[in-house]
Amino acid sequence: MTRKGILGKKVGMTQVFTDNGELVPVTVVEVTPNVIMQIKTVENDGYDSVQLGYADKRTVLTNKPEQGHAKKANTTPKRFIKEIKDVELGDYKVSDEVKADIFKPGDIVDVTGTTKGHGYQGNVHKDGQSRGPETHGSRYHRRPGSLGVIINRVVPGMKLPGRMGNKTVTIQNLEIVNADTDNNVLLIKGNVPGANKSYITIRSAVHGSNK
Amino acid sequence: MRQNQLIDKINEKQLRNDIPDFRAGDSVKIYVKVVEGTRERIQLFEGVVIKRKGSGIQATYTVRKVSNGVGVERIFPLHSPRVDKIEVVRQGHVRRAKLYYLRDLQGKAARIRASLRSRG
Repeated sequence: MTRKGILGKKVGMTQVFTDNGELVPVTVVEVTPNVIMQIKTVENDGYDSVQLGYADKRTVLTNKPEQGHAKKANTTPKRFIKEIKDVELGDYKVSDEVKADIFKPGDIVDVTGTTKGHGYQGNVHKDGQSRGPETHGSRYHRRPGSLGVIINRVVPGMKLPGRMGNKTVTIQNLEIVNADTDNNVLLIKGNVPGANKSYITIRSAVHGSNK
Repeated sequence: MRQNQLIDKINEKQLRNDIPDFRAGDSVKIYVKVVEGTRERIQLFEGVVIKRKGSGIQATYTVRKVSNGVGVERIFPLHSPRVDKIEVVRQGHVRRAKLYYLRDLQGKAARIRASLRSRG
């Protein structure tokens, strides 16, 4: 199956009316035209993919390898560069632009982003465990439970307090509500991972049915 | 809260500017577009506004009426394209922004005094 993809920035959420008057929640994603930085082929790189670049970066923030890489595509260095695999290579040329019209309303997509970091959190917040009774001499309030049988080590995968969030997460099967090339905006139904102004990758869905 | 310009642009296109000034306590007629099969017709919902909530595209209002002795409340998005027209029948004089107390009253007690001066 061939996929399509584009990079963008999460702007925030709002609501829009559909044609039949329903009010649906949408995430606004700014997708100023992406530049194709490089095309990777099986002969050259061992696999097929298209490398997209999004958001210009000042030259003073870049090093020479970055500048050279951008120069090959006749563009400025980019802040956010990602490869899209399983693409139809014939449709793409280096230094071409990928715009919002790559998707149309009704398309089903997967959205990848980095979730908000929550810092060091306990089991109750991080893993959704229940807390013990606060009173009646309980002395067991928000602690992790038993660590299992005594084998002088902790079994891998045990849910324990630790850093929460700041993970790469993909939400699958979201619907494109609108693709606006004039304003370079994609409207995606529902929420997408990450804080506002964070960079996200939008790809056509792996599992969802594409009409 | 200051919103992003891009979001403002998307919202602006959907806001209606033909909405009359009405408040909680006003009696209104809501002309709702109803699709029946392939035909579209207009259905009337008449009652008292008991609540206005939110701002911008999120704004909604609740209209209450008593139908066959049963209280019926409908919540409409203020800018909904399914609403053909809003008509203010009577401006009411009330001392609350949210008229939830009407739910506990019926008959004469549930009446709302007409506003002395017309607003606007």
